[in-house]
Amino acid sequence: MSLLEIKNATLKFGGVTAVNDLSFSVEEGEVYALVGPNGAGKSTVFNLISRFYDPVNGSINFDGHDLLAEPPERVADFGIARTFQNIELFDNASVLQNLLVGRHRHRKTNLLQEMFFTPKVRREEIAHREAVEEVIDFLDLQPYRNKMIAGLPYGVRKIVELARALASGPKLLLLDEPASGLSVEETQDLRWWIDDIRKQMRITVLMVEHDMGLVSGVCDRVLALADGAKLAEGTPAEVQANPAVIEAYLGVGAA
Amino acid sequence: MRIHFKTSYNHDIRLFEDRFTLLKYAVLLAFAISLPFLIGDFYLGETTNVLIWAIAGLGLMLLTGQTGQVSLGHAAFLALGCYINLILLDKGVPFIVSFPLAGVLTGVIGTIIAIPALRLHGIYLAIATMTLSILADDIIVLTEPWTGGVMGMFPPTIDIFGFEIERWTTPDRFYYLVLAVTVACTLFYRNLLRSPLGRAFAAVRDSEVSAAAMGVHISRTKMTAFGISCAITGLAGALMGYFSGMVNNETFSVVISIQLLMMIVIGGLGTIHGAFFGAFMVAFLPQGLSIAKDWVGSGSVAIPGLETGVFGMILILFILFEPQGIYGRWVKTRIWFELFPFARKDMFKRQKSYLKTERLR
Amino acid sequence: MEFIQLFVSGLANGSVYGLIALGFVLIYKATEAVNFAQGDFMMFGAFITLWLTNTEYFGISFWLAAPLAMLAMGGLGYLLDVTIIRRMFGQSQTAVVILTIALGFVIRFVAGAIWGHEPQTLESPLAHGDLAVGGVVLGMADVTIIVVTALLTFFLFQFFKRTKLGLAMQASSQNQMAAYYMGIPVKRVQGLIWALSGVVAAVAGILFASKGAIDPNAGLLGIKAFAAAVIGGFGSLPGALVGGLIVGVIEPFAARFLPAGYSQIAPYALLLFVLIFRPHGLFSQVRTKKV
Repeated sequence: MSLLEIKNATLKFGGVTAVNDLSFSVEEGEVYALVGPNGAGKSTVFNLISRFYDPVNGSINFDGHDLLAEPPERVADFGIARTFQNIELFDNASVLQNLLVGRHRHRKTNLLQEMFFTPKVRREEIAHREAVEEVIDFLDLQPYRNKMIAGLPYGVRKIVELARALASGPKLLLLDEPASGLSVEETQDLRWWIDDIRKQMRITVLMVEHDMGLVSGVCDRVLALADGAKLAEGTPAEVQANPAVIEAYLGVGAA
Repeated sequence: MRIHFKTSYNHDIRLFEDRFTLLKYAVLLAFAISLPFLIGDFYLGETTNVLIWAIAGLGLMLLTGQTGQVSLGHAAFLALGCYINLILLDKGVPFIVSFPLAGVLTGVIGTIIAIPALRLHGIYLAIATMTLSILADDIIVLTEPWTGGVMGMFPPTIDIFGFEIERWTTPDRFYYLVLAVTVACTLFYRNLLRSPLGRAFAAVRDSEVSAAAMGVHISRTKMTAFGISCAITGLAGALMGYFSGMVNNETFSVVISIQLLMMIVIGGLGTIHGAFFGAFMVAFLPQGLSIAKDWVGSGSVAIPGLETGVFGMILILFILFEPQGIYGRWVKTRIWFELFPFARKDMFKRQKSYLKTERLR
Repeated sequence: MEFIQLFVSGLANGSVYGLIALGFVLIYKATEAVNFAQGDFMMFGAFITLWLTNTEYFGISFWLAAPLAMLAMGGLGYLLDVTIIRRMFGQSQTAVVILTIALGFVIRFVAGAIWGHEPQTLESPLAHGDLAVGGVVLGMADVTIIVVTALLTFFLFQFFKRTKLGLAMQASSQNQMAAYYMGIPVKRVQGLIWALSGVVAAVAGILFASKGAIDPNAGLLGIKAFAAAVIGGFGSLPGALVGGLIVGVIEPFAARFLPAGYSQIAPYALLLFVLIFRPHGLFSQVRTKKV
């Protein structure tokens, strides 16, 4: 069975159909990309999975759970972590604190215990910090550990967001345009990281990305979207060669 | 500048980051404990007042500074805590039970009130809570059989197993009681900040969407923040009742709510220090003004609205030139001295974030 | 008959609330700032008129004093924007709210220092006599207030719909950045909005003072106007006026028919009720944030 399975999802905003009868599935261990022109509904698909939007019909299954039956906060509990297109970090907190919020789904202590900071809370805290430290090492964020987000450059923020998602120890990582606004070198780093995330951490990745270089470098399969509907699906090379995709990107007659 | 070599995770978690800091706070506590022997009853009373305001400030700080929910109605919860305590005492419950219970019940009621308030954001929440504070006045009058309405209530002498505490006759004992509550509240607050819940508060404050995506239950977190905030505020209210000696519907007016919010802004939003600095400001401003008036030579002339007017001007200056409040100024001054003579002006340059529209939620 | 009298006096009060609420909404729409000092603006405008008109002060004609007061308040609004509010650009809404509350305190203090704290009455030509229409006796002041408010609203509406400046104000209120790109001098437009809301506040103040005495604390009326603005949905100009009328009309009826003690609660209870069931007011403009 697939890790993530979306069937016949349709979402409408007023009269606009943002996602139109879309079905696809992501297998465990693969890197899957959603591509398409702006406004094709890629981020909207992410927001459906995050349960920020309710589809009019269709189903979303993850790892044996019916996601549509759950509130947004539960999605993280199942092991889905994500980043956002326009970075959504906690600006008035340090990098470390941001990553620790990523560990929130592993919270095992309650209000009273935390108020008195019992030994159990301390043990849990140390465990959280160990997990976070590993992510910091992995993404080379040591220089920024105790810096406030508000003062960090854009590229670093993007990586902190990735780190926060990784800190939660997810099964599925949703990356919304991870390379946008990054320099060539940073994009290269990102490519290696995504490879490592898949191979060493065994995390499945679903990403939205415009940079076809990155997509064909790291992805196993690609789904091309246009106007919220599936245009083509397959390996990066197949999708790039698909005439319908070229037409959607470059206009009629370009193929 | 002190440099920390961190060798264990505990290092990051513990309350005081090094021995020097520990020593600093130990000295501060020792000073606070020896205060009744150092100063006269009048100033001891004023200091007690500062501490009570600081507790109330901590309560509001948790909600507004930490969780980002602006309340312009916390005087209502001060009143609630005060009246619950007095009514319980009236029914024969001993102080040792009624006082904590006042905090807990205020917290519970605050949590319940938070449920409809969860859907409100920013300015709408501020208005709703302010309305609550306005209504509290009328409700106290309407529930006269319990609250004494306009005639008010007179807090009895505190009796803990025969040990009597009274604001006027034993100001030192009352001071120690307030100090104990202050230290306890500060410790609880600090503990929350270094545990998952405290970080969830900050997450809700800074970005609700990504907090939800990280598994933070938004409405539950907000309700918890409301509950704890109201509980602490309720305790402060009960103490405030003892301090003023008589409470009625006008003791906890909407002006107090506004003053409380302004206090934590002047002190420095989002910091524990801020609540204390702000409390000093609020409690000593009237004294400072009367001294200033003596100095000018118009000591006996009463100028209505002077206090709030000056308070307002100070606040405007702070928001314009030091939005991080007295605490922000304090930190900058400290860094300046630690780095002397290497501090540069642009080290403290403010990060400007551009207006994010709040109509889109 | 009693019903009509209550209704008309409610409408008159409501008009004043509505005008103050209009000031709130103007500024909110244009800058997303909420001016908690709007009620104090109103009070200050009233006092300036009184200062110019009353024989114990300058004693000039009311018809000259009123426009002068409006001009002065407009200038004050513009000045406040230039000197204080503009520096707040980019800071959180909360900071602006607290700032304007503080501003209100200062204005109240200044008014008290200049004019004292005793209630004073404006020698207004609007306040004289009653109007008897078919057995119903209406206060002349009430009728004037309603008429003036209606006229002012009409002009404001036309202003926003037809003039270039009005359109620029609307544009910059909806998207500052886009308006800026389109060549609208956003900063100056914002200053003008503050000026305009100062003028509206002055009108509200003159009307309010025509009905009764004023003192520096009259600005606290702003809280009711606030209720009005919220009930109307903060982003909507007609909503603000309607909200004001609703609050204004509820008051006399509550005072007449509810037991003492409950009547003054009525507008606030209504406000809470609206906020609980329509968290963004009756005519709301809030959409979901896109991520």
